[in-house]
Amino acid sequence: MLSFSVPLGKLVRTLSRLRGGGSAFPGLVVEKIDPGFMQRTLASLPHGVAVVSGTNGKTTTTKMVVELLESQGLKVFTNRTGSNFTRGVAASLLGEVDWRGRLDADIAILELDEAHAVHFVNKVQPRFSLLLNVLRDQLDRFGEIDKTARLLEHIASKTTDTVVLNREDPRVARIADTLNGLDAVHHPSVRYFGLDESLRSTFPNDDEMRTGSGPSPSGTPVAAATGDIVALPAADVVLRRVGAQDADFEFDGKTVTTAMKLRGVYNIFNAAAALSLARAVLGTGPVDTPKLVKALGEVAPAFGRGESLTVDGQPLELVLVKNPSGFRLGLKSFPAGGYATMIAINDNYADGRDMSWLWDVEFESLREDGVEVLTGVRAYDMALRLQYDEVPFGVVEPDITAALRTFIDGSRGKPKRVFCTYTSMLAIRRELAKITIVEVVS
Amino acid sequence: MTSETQPTPREAHPSKGTIRVVQLYPREMNIYGDWGNALVLQQRIKWHGYTPELLEYNVGDDFPEDVDIIVGGGGQDSGQLVIQDDLQARAEQLRQLADEGAPMLVICGLYQLFGKFFKTSTGPTIPGIGILDVETHGTDERLIGNVIMKSAEFGDILGYENHSGQTTLGPGVEPLGTVTKGAGNNSKDGHEGARYNNVVASYLHGSLLPKNPAIADFLIRTAAERKYGTFVPGAPDDDYARLAREHAARRPR
Repeated sequence: MLSFSVPLGKLVRTLSRLRGGGSAFPGLVVEKIDPGFMQRTLASLPHGVAVVSGTNGKTTTTKMVVELLESQGLKVFTNRTGSNFTRGVAASLLGEVDWRGRLDADIAILELDEAHAVHFVNKVQPRFSLLLNVLRDQLDRFGEIDKTARLLEHIASKTTDTVVLNREDPRVARIADTLNGLDAVHHPSVRYFGLDESLRSTFPNDDEMRTGSGPSPSGTPVAAATGDIVALPAADVVLRRVGAQDADFEFDGKTVTTAMKLRGVYNIFNAAAALSLARAVLGTGPVDTPKLVKALGEVAPAFGRGESLTVDGQPLELVLVKNPSGFRLGLKSFPAGGYATMIAINDNYADGRDMSWLWDVEFESLREDGVEVLTGVRAYDMALRLQYDEVPFGVVEPDITAALRTFIDGSRGKPKRVFCTYTSMLAIRRELAKITIVEVVS
Repeated sequence: MTSETQPTPREAHPSKGTIRVVQLYPREMNIYGDWGNALVLQQRIKWHGYTPELLEYNVGDDFPEDVDIIVGGGGQDSGQLVIQDDLQARAEQLRQLADEGAPMLVICGLYQLFGKFFKTSTGPTIPGIGILDVETHGTDERLIGNVIMKSAEFGDILGYENHSGQTTLGPGVEPLGTVTKGAGNNSKDGHEGARYNNVVASYLHGSLLPKNPAIADFLIRTAAERKYGTFVPGAPDDDYARLAREHAARRPR
């Protein structure tokens, strides 16, 4: 069986790539003919498997963890964007193994969608897991945020070595308590990444949203359901400060300042998450800290996550907005001044069909400069939203191709920024690829 | 503490009077953009030439006096558990307001708790405050998606439902509308929401009021008439609401 399944899977992969698509199909084939393929291949890795999950920032964080570990000389296998489910992992593995099914890597760092991660960890127990956050994201898929938190809880419970948790997200931090109930044998150790008190107000969580009181005056997080003040555990890595082009991280009792290519406070907070997971993986072995910090500073954003393209000699930034917290953080991290702005809102399945989330975002920060163009299937929902926040806007054009042309023609000589939902970002990238260099995402 | 969230806006013309809106439990019962309903009321009160005053009521607060409109949203099951004792303590006051004709909008979770009870699928029954003659039973089936319904009172109503509790109406209420797309109160009866006096109850998020300004204006008009004897409307620009409705109506379930 073994001798046939891998070559056959690789062949299917080659054929389906020639057809131009079907990234998961070869995974399906190998799953059918050799159900043990993925477990067996991943089990052979000396440092095992690390899973990155949560509702926001998985892609950029996974990319950072990979680059951090590579800076320490580890060979890392990772899954590509868009294949963050079990079959996708199997398909990615097929691309990397040799014809005898051997994977030349020390560790696998896998970005897994929270619902699919549950299936994955039932098949392959990860040695490490990094759980980022539980924000209101595509709720029509998962139902409720508390349910999403339970999915992450399950991932943590299956982790054998170390679980890295976001100390600032009450639903994620609470997962530590659920681990205490497990038998000592299966009890993974817990470490946290955290934020300096001064930065907490820039990370409103969904429970603090629109309460009027906001985060409590001291910036102390409040337990979501009860309003009780909770004492914070010590964190392995703390993001202390975010500057215009640099940031301070504290670990091992020292604060390190590094230049950052990443933009956006929430991206840089995820850098703290990545650093903590990388430190867990490296464990007690030798760590070249200067190289680690240098790698952190050099991580470029994943596609559409504050990525900057060049159009007419001016930067055009794409900011992916998937949910209210992401949109609010995006508006806060990328101030409007001096930029021409376009907003693209689709409601396809991958975006989430419910438009309610737009009403959980405050758009006052756009009031002074206004918004040049609104586009996407739900451009008029966005227009209505801005009307109620008294934000002036120019053209409303649901057709993305036409809107993008209007936007570029109308803002020559100005830096541009586009806030876009997932599928509208894909459409915008396709259009931009005709006029500028856009990274190809497969 | 009850707090004012927005300063009183500057007025170009003298105000026709103050209208006080109280948002119930925004801390626990504000999911899927139900805050948008409070924002729409606040802005439209202003656009009609009145002065909005938006107050929040959370667990343990003193209940505001001289309430003109009450609005409340949906929440997680955990949020419903947190507010239930406080809501019971306010039941008499809220019931009296509803019986007297105070305009109210309750969405999803608070719609359920304004009814007689919510029997959850996992066992416990959360008592409601019985303003609405409805009862809700938790199920394993989640009703999710775009909804369009016909209402004689408000015309077509558009929104988005996401609930696993199924609500059945008793003789003391009327449905808000008849569903033409989506499920509504439950998977059998073909109607959505409930009406009692000037209480409008619905499962619809979206938020509900932005794309259904007729309901917002009903709440504002009723509040003004109760307080000032008459309502003198302004002329809010509803072109974008109309266009957003047209585009939303074409979207799949």
